[in-house]
Amino acid sequence: MGRKLLLEKDGIEGIRFYDVYRREGGYRSVEKVLKSMTPDQVTDEVKKSGLRGRGGAGFPTGMKWSFIAKPEGVPRHLVCNADESEPGTFKDRYLMEFIPHLLIEGLIVSSYALGSNVTYIYIRGEYAWIIDILEQAITEAKNNGWLGKNILGSGFDCEIYVHRGAGAYICGEETALIESLEGKRGNPRIKPPFPAVKGAWDRPTVVNNVETLAAVVPIINISGEEYAKIGVGKSTGTKLISACGNINKSGVYEIDMTISVEEFIFSEEYCGGIANGKRLKACIPGGSSVPILPANLLLKTAKGDTRLMNYESLSDGGFAKGSMMGSGGFIVLDEDQCVVKNTYTFARFYRHESCGQCSPCREGTGWMEKILKNIDTGKGKMSDIDLLWDIQRKIEGNTICPLGDAAAWPVAAAIRHFRDEFEWHVKNPVECLNRNYGLANYAEPLQLATA
Amino acid sequence: MADAPKLFKVTIDNITIEVEAGTSILQAARKIGGDVAPPAMCYYTRLKGSGGKCRTCLVEVAAGSTADPRPMPKLVASCRTNVMDGMIVKNITSEKVIDARNGVVEFLLINHPLDCPICDQAGECDLQNLSYEHGKEGTRYEFPRRTFEKHDLGPYIQLHMTRCIMCFRCVYTADQLTEKRVHGILDRGDHAEIATYIQKSLDHDFIGNVIDVCPVGALTDKTFRFKNRVWFLKPLDAHRQCSNPKCSGKVTLWNRGEEVFRVTARKDQWGEVEDWICNECRFEKKKTSDWTIEGPTMINRHSVIAQGHYVGVQKPQEVLYDVLDGRKPRLFMDIHSVSQVNEPGRDLSKIEGPAHSTDFIENNK
Repeated sequence: MGRKLLLEKDGIEGIRFYDVYRREGGYRSVEKVLKSMTPDQVTDEVKKSGLRGRGGAGFPTGMKWSFIAKPEGVPRHLVCNADESEPGTFKDRYLMEFIPHLLIEGLIVSSYALGSNVTYIYIRGEYAWIIDILEQAITEAKNNGWLGKNILGSGFDCEIYVHRGAGAYICGEETALIESLEGKRGNPRIKPPFPAVKGAWDRPTVVNNVETLAAVVPIINISGEEYAKIGVGKSTGTKLISACGNINKSGVYEIDMTISVEEFIFSEEYCGGIANGKRLKACIPGGSSVPILPANLLLKTAKGDTRLMNYESLSDGGFAKGSMMGSGGFIVLDEDQCVVKNTYTFARFYRHESCGQCSPCREGTGWMEKILKNIDTGKGKMSDIDLLWDIQRKIEGNTICPLGDAAAWPVAAAIRHFRDEFEWHVKNPVECLNRNYGLANYAEPLQLATA
Repeated sequence: MADAPKLFKVTIDNITIEVEAGTSILQAARKIGGDVAPPAMCYYTRLKGSGGKCRTCLVEVAAGSTADPRPMPKLVASCRTNVMDGMIVKNITSEKVIDARNGVVEFLLINHPLDCPICDQAGECDLQNLSYEHGKEGTRYEFPRRTFEKHDLGPYIQLHMTRCIMCFRCVYTADQLTEKRVHGILDRGDHAEIATYIQKSLDHDFIGNVIDVCPVGALTDKTFRFKNRVWFLKPLDAHRQCSNPKCSGKVTLWNRGEEVFRVTARKDQWGEVEDWICNECRFEKKKTSDWTIEGPTMINRHSVIAQGHYVGVQKPQEVLYDVLDGRKPRLFMDIHSVSQVNEPGRDLSKIEGPAHSTDFIENNK
């Protein structure tokens, strides 16, 4: 049984409401921080914890906080990124729906560390009922003196506002989120300047994921050093994984990043194995935008070590033979799933969600989608596979924001590891409409020149 | 010396230049000039906030600065990246850059209609120039191209979204030149379009400038559409005393004979407008007598517009006879004297069936 920090008390009846949450030890970290720590000490504590951004990129949170510019007389903002729209990721939703006060508590502590008197939660509009839950939690916190002016007599003021997005995936990108928060079209900004210098309304801004901010609470409670002892190497603490796909028990799990991928998929404590007694074909371990991995590379790294559920181990071997932790959207595919169709679905998503600002992403995502649709429906050509590879190569790294990369990686990885399945689709245009290729190149991945 | 601007040394394609701090890589490269300057489809010096979108100006930064000589991991948009002291930039000397740029050009062209033969922008089109330099002769795109309906934006401007490459220049122009922006972007991704709300007209005094900033033929001058090809026209610098205080009154007239076909703002060597002009100058003053003509506009001799131009043209002085060292050009001979076929003496209508060379040879005998 791994250690639980965030979902420790999610089973308690009524934990969603203030009274129960407070009775169970909630808001202790706010008391501790406001009464005994300076903002810099809080940042140091987060630095010591080794907490990494849980939104996907895995950037050290403490370092991000220390980058925030502190010009005299200019307000600073903390924005909580709750625009969770990555296909396969639904961990923040669980956290906000069942333990909203954990996020509010984390927000107050983080706002204190960053000196943000006005803090925003940017939440995707589709989470309509969660917005009500959060607003209720904010009202409860305010009524009990955890928000507003001069909190606990410390002289620190803080207000939290919930801002709902209008359903664009791109608004999960921090600069697009800031634009959207300002009431503009959600187009990513060109960096630099970074939000830590010029963010919302040109003020220094830090944007953090829901889970990151919630994790600040246990860090303060048990101290950064203690938090850093959990996990392996630079993957410290616990991580929420939203597992879905062809597994027996899909859902949100908290792991301490020391368990192996094999254990995570097959143990009864977590996913409980592949559904209907089928075999594992492939897995997308971190949400739709990270590279897909075939079963053999998923369970063992290229060096033959057991692959663990943490940042380093999942990305071991680079993109040629590894993947990424991403946002923790763990999608499992069994032997009957079609990788081509799966890739097409993702490509369709990215085409739909591209903001249209920069050319490679705007034109390339649509092009990839059309080619993949052709291959999927038996109208593809052999040259299309190489063309897809070339298109993704020209999108990757050449766009303003990471959406271009996110659109390119799944296509690249699918071709890299499952090229034979793409070729089978081209060679069997009728058969591919009626049945799936089955277990692809299970044992031996194709050796292919990679980007 | 305290007032002297801080100069940064930057090396672009092995050419070192000193520029003021805060200069973008693109501007530094333009100072060097020539092929070193990356192409720019969306960046516009006079429009604040423009750039970074088309990705044609991507360059490789091989060394960030003297203080931090690490290379930048990705290619950067040169129009929006400022130089640092000791920065080493690779533009046309980097294979990565050329490859990425070719990719961007391909992306820009897959949904472009390539209707240059009927497009008014042809001859002065940035996309056309860019494709000549970086494009392939064929396309790998085998799907129907994206199309839109044409829209009239008021009495003077037509919007043909099918040709648009979404550079956002017109949006910035409207934002920064007019008081109230009434057009922007609807939708997103590859179906995003420049539009006004319910086809409202654009009728601000300076809105005509969106035609000049448009790098392609998406925004065209309705007083000029289909009237003439730009390379048949002779550009003349001219000015008039404009009653609008914001208007410079300095324009380029595009004439054929005495007739003024169109009026545009003057453009510099990078194709950027030097001074904005008002709608009255652009659309209403179409008589030579409205203007004081300064002289012919200097046009880059590589431009197709220079074809009909008359200043600095160097005609070859030698005649063909000299070039061929006194030999007579055979091609200009009477073909009948050297050819065995098609002799005037042979009446083709009298031959049964198709004519063969033997028919003529027999005749010769």
